[in-house]
Amino acid sequence: MISLAHYIVLGAVLFCIAVAGLFINRKNVIVLLMSIELMLLAVNTNFVAFSRFLGDVSGQVFVFFILTVAAAEAAIGLAILVLLFRNRSTINIADIDSMKG
Amino acid sequence: MNPQLFQIICFYGFGFVTVAAALAVITLRNTVHAVLALVLTFFSTACLWMLAEAEFLALALIVVYVGAVMVLFLFVVMMLDIDQEKMREGFVKFLPAGLIVAVVMLVEMLGLIGVRAMHAQLMGADPAAAAGVSNTAWLGRALYTQYLLPFEIAALILTVGVVAAVALTLRQRTDARHESASQQVSVNPRDRVRIVKMAAERPAEPSSVPPQESQP
Repeated sequence: MISLAHYIVLGAVLFCIAVAGLFINRKNVIVLLMSIELMLLAVNTNFVAFSRFLGDVSGQVFVFFILTVAAAEAAIGLAILVLLFRNRSTINIADIDSMKG
Repeated sequence: MNPQLFQIICFYGFGFVTVAAALAVITLRNTVHAVLALVLTFFSTACLWMLAEAEFLALALIVVYVGAVMVLFLFVVMMLDIDQEKMREGFVKFLPAGLIVAVVMLVEMLGLIGVRAMHAQLMGADPAAAAGVSNTAWLGRALYTQYLLPFEIAALILTVGVVAAVALTLRQRTDARHESASQQVSVNPRDRVRIVKMAAERPAEPSSVPPQESQP
């Protein structure tokens, strides 16, 4: 029988894989964006599991909104990426240092 | 076969595919392959959500993510000319730090979950089925009544996202010839056609008769 812990452990594993992906792909912005998508997926899995096990609809409504905002975020992020590549011919994070942050 | 046993076998199968594909996303050398692995991750996660009887969200995940966002990713990856080898620099250098942070986080989270799992909550009856409606109707009733304002705001956010993405990537070419519709509509016919009044003129008479061909 599937318990709540099954889903939460899966969410935790996915989230940690995404964090490791942020650390080890320090150069490629596209993989960084994909790692963020993975993180959102892990959070969404937790929301769905809690909503299912507590019998509350709010969790699934929140997943719906997170999907919406993540889609908009991916669209704008990729647009910025295209703009960056057009102007500087690179998406290497180490080369994007004009703001001296 | 016992349905509950089958359910848990399915959970482990989909969960294994999800984790393996997520690992492939962050380690694959080729970015296009990484995007395809992310598609597999989303798809098997949708299967897991389906297993938790969140059918609407599972299908929305496939439609929105696999159908739209991942295709966008693929387009961008294929459009940009990226030096794959240069992107891999520092992979080994940052690998220990990433692994340590990820493993420590995972152990902490699992410890927390382990404490909670002492009083394990097994999967009960489907709350939507208990209310006598399908999952979509259950979600939709909450979305269109209690969460109507956030729903409208989500639509606004999507519109802003579209406008921002187009405005960011729109390039005004200076060498392209384009016509302005407003100028075309507001044009005055007097600027284009000039009517000249003048007396009628007779064409000049031919001065000499054309030479006739003589017969031999």
